[in-house]
Amino acid sequence: MSIQQAALYSLLGISVVFATLSILMVIVQIFYNLTTPKEEAPAPAAAPAPEAPGSAGGVKLYNTDPRDAAMVMAIVADSLGKPLNELRFISIKEIGEKEQ
Amino acid sequence: MSTITLVLGRLWETSGFHMITSDWRQLVMILLACVLLYMGVVKKYEPLLLVGIAFGMLLTNIPGADMYHPELWDEYIAGTITFTEIIHNGGLLDILYIGVKSGLYPSLIFLGVGAMTDFGPLIANPKSMLLGAAAQFGIFAAFMLAIVIGFPANVAASIGIVGGADGPTAIWLTSMLAPEFLAPIAIAAYSYMALIPMIQPPIMRLLTTEEERKIKMEQLRPVTKAQKILFPIIVTIFVCMLLPSVAPLLGCLMLGNLTKESGVTDRLSDTAQNALMNMVTIFLSMSVGATARYDRFLTLRTIEIIVLGLIAFEFATIGGLIIGKIMCKLSGGKINPLIGSAGVSAVPMAAKVAQNEGQKANPSNFLLMHAMGPNVAGVIGSAVAAGLLLALFG
Repeated sequence: MSIQQAALYSLLGISVVFATLSILMVIVQIFYNLTTPKEEAPAPAAAPAPEAPGSAGGVKLYNTDPRDAAMVMAIVADSLGKPLNELRFISIKEIGEKEQ
Repeated sequence: MSTITLVLGRLWETSGFHMITSDWRQLVMILLACVLLYMGVVKKYEPLLLVGIAFGMLLTNIPGADMYHPELWDEYIAGTITFTEIIHNGGLLDILYIGVKSGLYPSLIFLGVGAMTDFGPLIANPKSMLLGAAAQFGIFAAFMLAIVIGFPANVAASIGIVGGADGPTAIWLTSMLAPEFLAPIAIAAYSYMALIPMIQPPIMRLLTTEEERKIKMEQLRPVTKAQKILFPIIVTIFVCMLLPSVAPLLGCLMLGNLTKESGVTDRLSDTAQNALMNMVTIFLSMSVGATARYDRFLTLRTIEIIVLGLIAFEFATIGGLIIGKIMCKLSGGKINPLIGSAGVSAVPMAAKVAQNEGQKANPSNFLLMHAMGPNVAGVIGSAVAAGLLLALFG
């Protein structure tokens, strides 16, 4: 096989892989939209609370080390027997001795 | 006295110690097998497969053991004999190798992989498919390079598939297209998969800025049970209709996943993940290692394949990172380009590497679930690429 032919095959190959996965992406997106239960319109929300220092992504961390937070989330997911991405953590707060 | 001498003489002549003096390369292969065993047992580089591969290599190179006969497989490829003759005339490893040659073991491994895989992150973020596709760039870059240095197209395609970073896919395609190079290609694929934590990070740091690596991604949207059940069915119908040649691999992957997600076949899922997977892994690794016989393995071509395999891995990482950077720009900085590198299959090692690099730049960064999307998309992508290469060069 000549180098030109090989280049053509390579171009064709990566294009087919991209096209296949792109179409799959669209299909998955469509079926996701069709099968996701519609949420009721949210009630007017109160003013958002100020973000705690050290918040990681959507999870608010209060006096909690991100590494500890990750461990807590993993333990909760394991205890419930559910994948982590099916759980939504709002905030994690370390409770001191006085607060117990 | 003469009888004792005669018996001892015959014993010496039929022993491996005598026969090994006829060709020093057998000794080299036994030493190489021991090095691979060391890497698997002590260094823990993909031990579940590398130990079996190395032991198969050891057995096949013991003079006089006659456990594997490549000449029988040459005749099979030439069409002069069938599996029946191989069962009658072959050794133990020849019989086990039938499972590789027929494509049985890689497909059964995929059944187990499917039962262990959670496609939730991919369903939650379907854009990950693009990253999984981009990381297949390594396959076609290595294919081109292999052609440039003089490999025939079928062998070049088998070398390229190493860039998919998916052992069963590489074995499946190579056993169909270039069985004579199965051992070096399988060893390259599994060795580089084990070395991902060393291969990928320098490329990731080179191609991304500190600011990009610090990007925190939003929490993934929730995925319902129904969506997880429908996903393997939809993927099977669409991809296998488009590329029927990939049906054995992808079909088994998706069946395995369906047994897990459906919730009504837990026993099957458990068997696929554990008992079946373990048994097939033993057979697959031993028989792949057996193909590394001294007279076929110790060639310049093997070194070229090992080097090209590394290049394929590097280009695969580069492809994923470049599309990751483009998606980062287009999303206004919401996507961390590091997750692009996880598109090289190698589940979950590549995703863990993305997580580690992200956390080095920003200790509160949790990229693992985001990287799992491209990671499992890479499995589908490499299977698609393999099906395409088989359709083109099979």
